[in-house]
Amino acid sequence: MAQKHDQIVAEPEVKRRTRLQDTILQLRKNKSAMFGLLLLLIIVILCIGAPLFAPRDPHDANLDYGLKPGFWSKDGLPGYLLGTDALGRDLFSRILYGGRVTLSVGFVALGFALVMGTLMGTASGYFGGMVDNIVMRIVDILFAYPALLLALVVAGTLGRGIDKAMLAIGIVYTPQMARVVRGAVLTVKETEYIEAEHAIGSSTLRIIFRHVLPNSMAPIIVYSTLMLATAILDAAALGFLGVGAQAPSPEWGLTLSLSRKYLVTGAWWAATFPGLAILISVISLNLLGDGLRDALDPRLKGGAKL
Amino acid sequence: MKEYILKRLAMLIIVLLGVSIITFVLVRSAPGDPAVHLAGEHATQATLDAIREKYHLNEPLYVQYIIWLEMALRGDLGRSIKSRELVRVEIIERLPTTLELSLIAIIIASAVGIIAGIVSAVRQYSAIDYSVMFGALFGVSMPIFWLGLMLLYFVGVRLGWLPIGGRLSVGIDLESITGLYVLDSILTLNGEAFIDSIKHLLLPSIALATIPMATIARMTRSSMLEVLRQDYIRTERAKGLSERVVIYKHAIKNALIPIVTVIGMNIGVLMGGAVLTETIFTLPGLGKYIADAILAYDYPVVQGFTIFFATAFVIINLITDILYMYIDPRIKYR
Repeated sequence: MAQKHDQIVAEPEVKRRTRLQDTILQLRKNKSAMFGLLLLLIIVILCIGAPLFAPRDPHDANLDYGLKPGFWSKDGLPGYLLGTDALGRDLFSRILYGGRVTLSVGFVALGFALVMGTLMGTASGYFGGMVDNIVMRIVDILFAYPALLLALVVAGTLGRGIDKAMLAIGIVYTPQMARVVRGAVLTVKETEYIEAEHAIGSSTLRIIFRHVLPNSMAPIIVYSTLMLATAILDAAALGFLGVGAQAPSPEWGLTLSLSRKYLVTGAWWAATFPGLAILISVISLNLLGDGLRDALDPRLKGGAKL
Repeated sequence: MKEYILKRLAMLIIVLLGVSIITFVLVRSAPGDPAVHLAGEHATQATLDAIREKYHLNEPLYVQYIIWLEMALRGDLGRSIKSRELVRVEIIERLPTTLELSLIAIIIASAVGIIAGIVSAVRQYSAIDYSVMFGALFGVSMPIFWLGLMLLYFVGVRLGWLPIGGRLSVGIDLESITGLYVLDSILTLNGEAFIDSIKHLLLPSIALATIPMATIARMTRSSMLEVLRQDYIRTERAKGLSERVVIYKHAIKNALIPIVTVIGMNIGVLMGGAVLTETIFTLPGLGKYIADAILAYDYPVVQGFTIFFATAFVIINLITDILYMYIDPRIKYR
């Protein structure tokens, strides 16, 4: 008898593990997704470990060394891999430190959107009716602004700085996240196991947090990854336009913007490498996101991106 | 149908009211005293008081909003703090630059994106397919301000093939009719100005087209693959129609239906992109206008432009949806 009990209790756990394993297996078969993940890990580790990997202090200016090329040129300074910027600061070190700023703006903004969007989307999808109407109208209103313009207006009126940029981009992605979550919740809500939960008298909160949300995770994870990619682009764009990070921050968009006037003098590297860093980070997230979509939600395969 | 459009129009008004309230609150909660912004740092107390009186800054916020709304409904968006010009006039002055840039960009993006997507789908898993998808991945991941700068440097500065900013070279005369220089030069049969204005547009419009091009290529591909799996395509193949007829006469027509929406959705992306491309290529358009206004804390401009653009944006979205309904009779709106 006791043995039988153990089996019954153990069963859901076995199932849950196989489902996760299934996803990982699918993902591991997807070479481009694994490449994206690897690339992302390398970038994140390099940026987090910037004090260990950066050869120099990113703020260490030396006007005698201004705009020197890097390894590709005979005029390059030894030890300055990617050359220097206008103030003679080591570009490679600045890019490593800059990634901490740009990537964290993206991550924090997405985190904000994830929390707010999940709250709004779940309430909207689960309760329907009046709540749904109000939330969706707010979403419609925020959708009437083009994303970067809304971020620019919010960041511009709140004032300058990375904390404002985080909030601004977070607000931009909240309605998109709310729509994704609402869609997922609507699908799960109609399933029989949720009906069964109602039948056995589970509380609303328990149903939402134990059953509806965990089963809505697939699209949320997929779109979070893809939105993180564009959030990072927006973070750099705000820095570039001068409303995000402020000098002397090594933020990628800002570094690019401050170096662009030296392009005409032929010093192309100072603007090129920060942009390349943005491009590679965003590509890695898009590769991973596309792979996750194929692994977690085959229905979305090759389908529309929000 | 009529009911649907009326319902959408009612919604549109609610959305625009929401946009104007949110923008108003945002702008008014910005740091700094609007009266000081208007009068300058060294204004006397009397001047400040006069300005507060004139612009109703002593009234509660909701009264100020109602005053603003009344003016906006009459087409008066106020004056720029920086230039003292009417915001409405400044917007109209700058509109053609952005319109021309965006039109050329969306034409490039649609043409290249649709063709690439179709080729990619027809030759699924071929080298062409992989190259298109690889290119599209780069496209959606591209920081376009960086791409614009790279084009500017390599094509404009290094190779010297194309101009790096502005809309026309110095010394070229063009009679302005619509403000769209390419169109104006055709209307006035001005060949020199035509070529020159196209040259100026090329780099910025390529930079601006990149992201929409990539999303359109991806959408076309998946939509085409979806259509090619349909029963009626299988039937056509089974009854012996050549692959060419199946694809070009039947599949493409149906595959392009969702693309209308994608192109409509990209209008917002284009406006965000215009802020960046116009900044890089020093084009006197709306994107540069709003970016400068935000940096200069020019709030009447921010407020006026936002409501102007949001209105245009939601109307374009409504038109796309109605268009979509005409093209695809399967769609029924409630």
